[in-house]
Amino acid sequence: MNKTLSIDGQEIPFEDGQTIMQAATAAKVYIPHLCHHPEFTPHGSCKLCTVKVNGRNCSACTFPAAEGQEVLNNTTDINEDRKKITQMLFVEGNHFCPSCEKTGNCQLQAVAYHLNMLDNHFPLFYPQRAMDASHPEVLIDHNRCIFCTLCVRASQEQDGKNVFALSGRGINKHLIVNTPSGKLKDSALVADDRAAHICPTGAILIKRTGYTIPIGQRIYDHHDISDVSLTTAEAQHDH
Amino acid sequence: MTTKIRIATTSLAGCFGCHMSFLDIDERMLRLAELVEFDRSPLTDIEHCGSCDIGLIEGGVCNSENVHVLREFRKNCKVLVAVGACAINGGLPAMRNFIPLEECLAESYLTGIGVENPQIPNDIELPLLLNKVHPLHEVVKIDYFLPGCPPSADVFWKFLTDLLEGREPSLPYELIHYD
Repeated sequence: MNKTLSIDGQEIPFEDGQTIMQAATAAKVYIPHLCHHPEFTPHGSCKLCTVKVNGRNCSACTFPAAEGQEVLNNTTDINEDRKKITQMLFVEGNHFCPSCEKTGNCQLQAVAYHLNMLDNHFPLFYPQRAMDASHPEVLIDHNRCIFCTLCVRASQEQDGKNVFALSGRGINKHLIVNTPSGKLKDSALVADDRAAHICPTGAILIKRTGYTIPIGQRIYDHHDISDVSLTTAEAQHDH
Repeated sequence: MTTKIRIATTSLAGCFGCHMSFLDIDERMLRLAELVEFDRSPLTDIEHCGSCDIGLIEGGVCNSENVHVLREFRKNCKVLVAVGACAINGGLPAMRNFIPLEECLAESYLTGIGVENPQIPNDIELPLLLNKVHPLHEVVKIDYFLPGCPPSADVFWKFLTDLLEGREPSLPYELIHYD
């Protein structure tokens, strides 16, 4: 007999070992997320995928699906919390979309659009953060890093390297490059690495490719991330 | 007697790009003019804001005059709207927030390439610069936000027609852009 849980009243089948996020994605139910990526070990840090499971807040990307769970996902209250989380991500970094190459293809921006985020609500931190342009092909702009660790995981799990890590705690948390100099140019990273292409924001960019697709014709300029995310997941599943 | 809705507009630390985009509503401006009249605005040259229904503010807050103007608008406008990226997060002018103000002034007026007769402007008529550029919501209560650099003419039109026709303003997905 198939096991099911319910998300917003809809019956969703799942298999043992699946997370709520995996079950939801397979059933074409979008749960907003940034640090989650179906190909990598979940990290559970961005908290955008927070859902209520039997009345308690859980990260859908890490929480195991179980028989009879009643999950609340797309509710006004939860989406308001998600909007606040997204606003905090914006004010903690320096996200100036008009001057960012990633605009229109940025998942942070797209989630904000999806949540109808029109302002930052909180005071802006304007933190002092550096850029690392030392690598001939790949650029790191720490201003836009949201510490999702997708580059860390992609480098370790797919590239078989160990180029990135997070260091520090709390407001001092930052992305580091695993070389004695700390510079990207001294690392094993090459432009074809998955880690160089996985960043959901404009923190890790391939140089000289930023404007090959004009602003206005980019992924999220006309398509909500809830549709794009499920279509992408489907394509990967078929593949 | 029907009185027209009064709108005031201003650009603080902005580039007037949002005002230009507002003018891009083109012939719809004639329909708008039947319903509204403009108070203080670069479009009217009225210098101080009287009692208004809607205040549209472009740009962030970078100097003491910006603070005074913003407070004048808040005091006089029933509905105050932050228009564009700079009003919402400081935008391009806020790029100077990462450089000490003294260094910014020195680069511009003392040590920069091509500077003649180097001196930091100090006329009593000039507003003092703030240490950092701030978005509007850090200084006064803002009622609505229109993101975009600039917000498109359709954003202005949708927002104003919603307000004028008594609806809660809302922007469809296609009109929400931060770039």
